[in-house]
This record gives sequence, structure tokens and C-alpha cells, in this order.
Amino acid sequence: MVLGFARTLRHAGVAASPDRVEAMLTATSHLDVLDATAVYWAGRLTLCACPDDLDRYDAAFAAYFAGEAPRRPATSSAPQQQLAESAPLQVDAGAGEERDDAPDLAARASADEVLRHRDVSQLSIAERDQLRRLFALLVPAAPMRRSRRRRPDARGGVDPARTVRRALRDGGEVTRLAHRRPRPRPRRVVLLVDVSGSMSPYSDALLRFAHVAVRARPASTEVFTVGTRLTRLTRELRLRDPDRALAAVGTAVPDWSGGTRLGEVLQAFLDRWGRRGTARGAVVVICSDGWERGGAELLAEQMTRLHRLAHAVVWVNPHKGRDGYQPLTGGMQAALPSVDHFVAGHSLAAFEELTGVIARA
Amino acid sequence: MLPVVSDTTVRTPREHPPLPSGPDELAAALTATGYLPDEGLATAAYLALVMHRPLFLEGEAGVGKTALAHALAELTGRPLYRLQCYEGLEASQALYDWDFGRQLLHLRAAEAAHAGTDTAALEASLYDRRFLLARPLLQALEDAPSVLLVDEVDRADDEFEAFLLEVLSDFTISVPELGTIRASTPPLVILTSNRTREVHDALKRRCLYHWLEHPGFDREVAILRSRLPQVTETLARDVARATARLRGLDLLKPPGIAEAMDWATALHTLGARELDPDRAARTLGAVLKYREDTERVHQLARGALFGGA
Repeated sequence: MVLGFARTLRHAGVAASPDRVEAMLTATSHLDVLDATAVYWAGRLTLCACPDDLDRYDAAFAAYFAGEAPRRPATSSAPQQQLAESAPLQVDAGAGEERDDAPDLAARASADEVLRHRDVSQLSIAERDQLRRLFALLVPAAPMRRSRRRRPDARGGVDPARTVRRALRDGGEVTRLAHRRPRPRPRRVVLLVDVSGSMSPYSDALLRFAHVAVRARPASTEVFTVGTRLTRLTRELRLRDPDRALAAVGTAVPDWSGGTRLGEVLQAFLDRWGRRGTARGAVVVICSDGWERGGAELLAEQMTRLHRLAHAVVWVNPHKGRDGYQPLTGGMQAALPSVDHFVAGHSLAAFEELTGVIARA
Repeated sequence: MLPVVSDTTVRTPREHPPLPSGPDELAAALTATGYLPDEGLATAAYLALVMHRPLFLEGEAGVGKTALAHALAELTGRPLYRLQCYEGLEASQALYDWDFGRQLLHLRAAEAAHAGTDTAALEASLYDRRFLLARPLLQALEDAPSVLLVDEVDRADDEFEAFLLEVLSDFTISVPELGTIRASTPPLVILTSNRTREVHDALKRRCLYHWLEHPGFDREVAILRSRLPQVTETLARDVARATARLRGLDLLKPPGIAEAMDWATALHTLGARELDPDRAARTLGAVLKYREDTERVHQLARGALFGGA
């Protein structure tokens, strides 16, 4: 009975691994097996692992045991992050017709140099292909912060534990002082990438940049897409191969090329992730053109909130790379007072610059 | 900064009340200590007790995650050891550390007494149990049976989780110089998290998982009444109703039970027997902790929110 239920649950999307099922069996044996409520709790306590699992568990329980799950539906207090099953794939994953007319090295190098400064949205398919390879050359350096942890060092404060330990070795004589200094740790970097319609010429390049950043520092980088809703992409972007990672992103993001409700989505991000710690003390990079469908007041309010939480806020606007650009859109106007660094993000050279801005932030 | 440790290091023979025989009995016993659990939480705590599995509690701040550990310790008559996690928490602050200063003194004393002829014996005497400083995890294992509270585990970094995993899977700690220390009875372990970071799946897999929600109206009134007997029934009901409405307002920080209790206490101190708009507005600081929230509620309310019925 339990095994059949576990199978139903796995179909519903709860990862009920064998050891969890075993735990459920043990739990049920401690409770009254004939009591539906007891079985419900035994399963819920052992098989679920996060709040998102709970609703799926309830549905599966109701379906399998044909009884009502004894729990009221989830309150609206925690906005649920939903993943769509399928979505139009913007990324032409590996449209690779490999051209073998390899030009000589010097010509290629100078072509690369030109390509670095070209606006991503103006490129032909072949040039884009070429540029993708150049993305691998980006080396994002992480911003650092001081941590409480210290490591042995030649200078710095005296390390009593190591000094005494060394003295013990020398028969209780303190011959030399050992020192220690705070160990710098990478600061968290959070990328919020706008995938709305107006940003679609750049979203491929921005997500590739995000992929490079996540691959360089998997533990301290988080990526979300913003559009009409918030989607966390950190897990998808950890795949090694950029094209596979972007294909995974394509299926995970439900709101490609839709509208932008930047203010609302930013609020969702801050409520669910930001205030709890993801944005706290982090370098938050927002990649968007600032076209906002919702009210600019909400965006301004959420940006001030973000600015209070984050260590630094970087705004990347691809249009800033154009000559004569003025930040006139309502969203941009609302956001700029809370932005520490306002940079362009339209070409590979701009991305290189961006890595520098993030590292020094 | 050292982790906070409850002051129960004196080993006195303790009487252990018999373990409850089912979730209902545990719920009744918890109620007697002043902690009112719902059915799910009582089942979770009961299973954690009998299955010797850590209980992983998640939920909004102020729903009573930490209070449960205190109530369970009181109920079972076991000592409570608390490990407050923070970024950069190290093994020497969570498990054990050698007391180097005392070791050095011991060495000097032995030297002065000219007893140091047998170096091997001297060295062995240096790494004796009495020079080992037990930190919360080791204390909880040595002082078994006990209750171990690992608070806000999401604040510690990933590396710490890995070694917590080691301790929690077989309840042993190995000290290289001394050997393995094993708990005679596995401690009852409560881990709490506010979800600032997703805790690793390997750790969750060894635990029972429970998501704590804000209590319903009746339970909140009961909690307020049992924790704050001096507060009138009417005031408790009004506070519970207003707090529930505040939670529905999509605030930056929805008030938890702790805030509701603070608020009721504040109102009672001002002599209120029921919630009136004027006193409510003046004591709003007990329940709302953000300026934006306070402003929002002031605008919305103007009496409507705190009207008795």
C-alpha cells in the first residue's frame, strides 16, 4: 500500500526516495495504521522536503486513498513558485551548422575583436554562434567580503590556540607567536534577468552570462528570471554545457517574451528570497530595460527595499550602450535613485566590464 | 562569540517521566507545559521521540519552532542544549575544543614537580577528557538522554551541514586524540530553519520534515490564554482576530504568535480589557516591526481593523 502510494507521489512530483519510503513504513508502524489521519501525517513528515511538496502531497494523498486530506489549503502567505511543464523555447539550442572555412588566425582574432564590441541584437546567426564561444572566455571574479572565520597567516592578530599548541610541542616554552587573519569569502551575487518581450534580443546573451557566472561560483551565485513572474534558475544553470543549460532554462521559464511587471516580481523576490537572506549583503544585478507595465511607484518602493538589503545594486540596461541614450522610461526613472552602478550590457565588451563592476562592488 | 549553552552541566540523577504512548498523549502533555500543538506537530514530535530521528522544522519566524524544543525538554525532563547557528560557525564551537591554556599549566606543573621523566605518560595525561571543552553537540551526546536544539541551521554554511550530517546519522563524535564518544541514548534533535537558504537534501533526508503554520483562531486564543492568564478572554479574542487580519494584509513581516503575545501583554499593561482603536494604534509597535507596515495599517485601519466584532 505504502509503495503504491509512493509511486503516485513520485508521479505528482515529490521526490520520494526509497529511504524516505522506508522511514514512512517505520513511522506508520509506530502509529495507528487504520487511522487515515495518522497515515497522512506519517507520510507527510517523512516523504516531503519543502513547502512546495506539501500541496502535491495533499493532492496525491487524496487521489490515492480517495479521502480528503486533513489540512486546509495553503494560505496565500507564501507565494508559490511554479514551474511550467513546457514553454516556447526561445533559445535555438545548438543550431550548429559548423562552417569549416576557417580563416587564418590573425583575421579571426581581429574579427573576434570587432565582434566583442558589436551590439548583440544586431548580429547574424553565424556571428551569434561565434560570440557564444567567446562567452567561455569571460572570467567573472567574485566580490569578496570579510568573514568571521580566520586562517593562519604570517601577520595579523595573535592566534592563541596555535601559539599554545606550538608551545606544547616545544615543551611548554612559547618560542614564537602564531598569527591569524580573517579569511575573505566570496560575496553572494544575485542576477535578476528580465525575459520580457522588449528584452528578448538580449535575453540569450544575458542568460549565457548568467551561466558563466554560476559555473564560476556555483555556491555563491543565484539567478532568477523576472517577467510576469519570478523563476529561480540557479539549478538549471549549473549544468556544465551552456546549450543544455539554456535548453533547461527554456523549459523552466513560463513567461518568455511576455510583459514586465517588474515591481510585483521584485516584491515577490524580496518576500520569498530576498528578506530571508538571499539578497542580504549580496551584490544584486538587475538586467532589464526598465519598461514597466505596472506602476512605477511600486517599483520605486521595492527598489528602495532591495537597496537597504543588498550590499550593492547594479542595473544593466542594454540600451545604455546606444549613443544618446537617456534613462527616460518610467521604470528606469523610478529605479535609478536606488541603483549603485548603472552599466550597459549590449556587447561582450560590456559584459567584461560588468564582471569588473561586480567584482569591485 | 561562543554558542549559547543552557546551564545544565551539573550531572544530577534525573527522573525521566515515561514517554507518551501516542501523539494524543504527547499533545496533552505538551499542552500541560503551556505549548499548544496541533495534530501534525504532535505526531511529528512523537515520531521524532520514538524513531530517534531528528525533526526538521520550517516556518515563518515566530510560529513557535524554538519554543517546541523548550516544551519538549520540560516535558521529558531532559536537559536542553542549544546550538545557535551563524555564518562561519566552526567545529571547535559546535563540537569540542582542547583547553590549551590548562594543558600548558598542567605541563608546567608536571615540570615543576619533576615528574616529567616518563614523556609518554605525560603526553597521554595531556589529552585527557578533563582538558576537553565540550560544546553543545558533544554535551548533548554525553549527557544523554537530552534534547538538542540546532537553531536556524540555514544560517550556517554548507560545510557545517556536512559535518552535522555525520553527527546526526549515528550520534557519535570522534576525537582523534581520545577516541569515539557515543551517546548511550540518541538525543531528541530539533533543527529549525527560516528558509533563508535551501538546506541540503542529504540532511533533510535523515530528518522528519514539518512545516509549521500560523495557528488558527481558536488555537491562538487558547495559546494567549494559557501563556498570559492575566489577559482577559475578550482581549485575547480581539488580539487573535486582529492579528489574523494583519496576517492577511500581505505585510512585509506578518506577525507571529510571539508578536501577538507581546501585543496582548502591552495592551494589558496599559489596562485594556478589550481592544479599542486608540490603544491598538498606540501599541502597534509590539506587533509590526517595519515602518512601511505600520503606515499601511494606519491608513487601512482607522478603526475598521480593530473594531471588536
